[in-house]
Amino acid sequence: MYSMLKLFNFHGGLQLPRHKQVSLERPVATASLPEQLIYPLQLRPGVRLTATVQPGERVLAGQVIADSEHFLATPVHAASSGVVRGIVDWLAPHPSGLPDHAVVIDTDGLEQAVAPMPGLDYRHETPATIKARIRQAGVVGLGGAAFSTAVKLNPGPNRVIDTLILNGAECEPYITCDNALMQTRARAVVEGALILLHALQIGRCLIAVEDHMTEALAALDAVLAEVKDRRLSRVAVPSVYPTGGERQLIKVLTGKEAPSGGIPADVGIVCQNVGTAAAIYDAVVNGLPLTWRLVTVTGKGVARPSNWLARIGTPIADLIEQSGGYTPDVRRLIIGGPMMGFALPDDVIPIAKASNCILAAALSEVDVDRETRACIRCGECANACPVNLLPQQLYWYSRVNNLDKLKQFSLFDCIECGCCEVVCPSHIPLVNYYRAAKSKTLTKAKQAEKAAIAKRRHDANQERKAREQAEKAERARARKAALAAAKQQEQPSES
Amino acid sequence: MSFLLICGLFVLFGILLGFASVKFRVKGDPVADKIEAILPQTQCGQCSFPGCRPYAEAIASGQADINQCPPGGQEGIEALADLLGVESKPLNAEFGVEKPKRVAIIHEQDCIGCTKCIQACPVDAIVGAAKQMHTVVANECTGCELCIEPCPVDCIVMEPIPEDLSNWQWPAPVVVAKPAAQPDLNVQHA
Repeated sequence: MYSMLKLFNFHGGLQLPRHKQVSLERPVATASLPEQLIYPLQLRPGVRLTATVQPGERVLAGQVIADSEHFLATPVHAASSGVVRGIVDWLAPHPSGLPDHAVVIDTDGLEQAVAPMPGLDYRHETPATIKARIRQAGVVGLGGAAFSTAVKLNPGPNRVIDTLILNGAECEPYITCDNALMQTRARAVVEGALILLHALQIGRCLIAVEDHMTEALAALDAVLAEVKDRRLSRVAVPSVYPTGGERQLIKVLTGKEAPSGGIPADVGIVCQNVGTAAAIYDAVVNGLPLTWRLVTVTGKGVARPSNWLARIGTPIADLIEQSGGYTPDVRRLIIGGPMMGFALPDDVIPIAKASNCILAAALSEVDVDRETRACIRCGECANACPVNLLPQQLYWYSRVNNLDKLKQFSLFDCIECGCCEVVCPSHIPLVNYYRAAKSKTLTKAKQAEKAAIAKRRHDANQERKAREQAEKAERARARKAALAAAKQQEQPSES
Repeated sequence: MSFLLICGLFVLFGILLGFASVKFRVKGDPVADKIEAILPQTQCGQCSFPGCRPYAEAIASGQADINQCPPGGQEGIEALADLLGVESKPLNAEFGVEKPKRVAIIHEQDCIGCTKCIQACPVDAIVGAAKQMHTVVANECTGCELCIEPCPVDCIVMEPIPEDLSNWQWPAPVVVAKPAAQPDLNVQHA
C-alpha cells in the first residue's frame, strides 16, 4: 500500500555522504561457525544477566544460557552447540574497552539444537501470550539500543497507542544491514508488523524506509501487494541524517514530538526496528529464539565489505577474516556507524544483539587527530541539531562541569547524533563533551543516592547506640534502687 | 495622644513579632542541612568532628573551615564555597589527603570474631557475632577506615574499587591549551 501521507520536517539534520554501496555490492552471506561464541552478561547499562549454565556443561543451539529477574532483562540463547568453557572476563562491546563477565562457549561443530518452541498462530493468541513469547525468545530492539521489545509493547495503562512505526530508515552512513534485511526477508518484516499490530491491538502501521533504498522499497511493495492489508502502509522518507532516530522519524511521519523525558508512547506511538519485526516473526511463528542477526562489515579497512548473517556472539575477528581480512589502510575499528558508533580496542570482541555494523575505517574515513581550535560562536551547531538544543551552551557548561545548567539546557535530550560535531568549523569533539557530562551527572546521582543511604544508616546507628546507653543506665539505676530497697528492708529486721 | 498611639503600635507589633517567631519558627538549622547535603556522608571523622552532621553544624556556626573533609575532596570544597559565598581553598592536609574511593575487606581466615570492628563501623556495614567470622557488606561500606585501627589482628584492609562497566565514566576530551598568537608589540609604527 503506497502512502499519500503528508510528511513533516524536523529541525536541523544533515545530508551526509552515504557510503552505503560499499557493503551492498556483494550478496548477503552466512558467516561460518566460529570456534568460540562469547556472550557478555551486561545486556545494556544497568541490566545484568546471570549465567544459567555451568562451566563444562554441554549446551545446544537455542538453549538459554543467561537470564535475570530484572524487568528489562531478556534471556540470551546459545547460537550453536558446544561446551561452556566458563564465565570469564572478556573485552565487551562497550565504549570503555573494559572486560566484563561473559559466557564463553567452545563450539563443537555438531550444530545440535533444542527443539524449537511451538509455532503460534498469532491471530488466535492473546496479546499477553505473544508478548511472553517475544520475551522468552530474547527479542530486543535490534536498531542499537537493545531495549526489551516485550517491555516496549507494554506502554502502561495511561497511554493509548494508535500507531506502530517500523523503522527501516537506516540513516547513518555505511550501515546497510536493515536494507539487506528488507531486500532478503521483506515477508518476515511484514508478517512481524502484523504480529505487532495484533499484540498492540491497533490498526495502523507505517513502515518507513529512506527514499534511496529502491530495492528494499520494491521488495516491501511486492510483499505488501500480496498481503493486501489496509492497515499497513510503507512510506519513503527523505534521506536526511538522523531520520532513523526514533523521535526524528516520529516527527517526520506524524508531526508529533515525544515530550522531553517522555517516551514515544506518550504521543500514542510505538516504534520498532524492521530487524526486530523479523525477529518477532521468527520467535512467534517459527518458535526460534534470537541467535542470529544481519551485520554490516564495511569500510576501506576491510578487503571485501558485505553484509553477514552471523551468530550473535561471533568474535569480530572472524567476520573480518571472512570479509577478506584487513587492508593495509585500516586505522580504526568501530562498532556501529561512523556517527554514533564507538571505537574498539581489539577484534576479539563479539557482536551482540544490537551490533548492526562493524566499520574498519581507513584514515580517510575517520577524522583522527584533527586539530581542535577555539569555539568561534558561529552557531552552526544549533542550526544542525535535530533536537533543537543549543550545543554551544552545552559545550561551555560541559567544559566547566556545570551540571545544573546542563540540566536546564536539556543535556539528556541529546541523542549524540554528532551533527553538531560535523558542522563545527573548529573541530571541537562536542559529543564527547556531552557524553562525559552525562556520565558525570549519572555518577553524581549514584553518589548522592549512596550518601543518602549512608546517612540513614549512620542516623540509625547513632539512635541505636543512644538507646542502648539509655537502657543500660536505666538498668543500672533500677538495680541500685532495688539494692537500696533491700538494704532498707534488712535494717529493721536486724534491729 | 499620638504618643499613646505610637506606644500602642509598638505593643501591637511586638505581639505580632513574638507570635510569628513562635508560629513560623524554622525548625532545625537550614544552613547546616544544606552543608550536610554536600558532605559525602562517609562518617569518617577525619574533619575532627564525630560525623558529617556535627561538621556541617560546625561550619554553619563558623567553628570549622570548609576544607577539612578529605573524602569530599576539592570538588566538595568548591561546592561548599559556592553555597556559602566564600573563597574556595585547597584541602587542609592536616586532616588527610584525597584518595580514590575504597572499600574495607576483612581477611576472613584471620578474623577472631572480637566484634570490635562492628562497634566501630558508623553505618553498621559489618556483620558477624562474637567468636564468629565477620564480613563487610561492601555495598554499604563508605570507606571511612574506622574499622582498621580497632582490629587486634590487623585483618582488615582497604581495597580500591575496581573500574568496571557499572562505574566507568566517559572521559572528557583533553583540552590542550595552546599559547595564543601574541601580537608583536615591538613593531615600530611609522
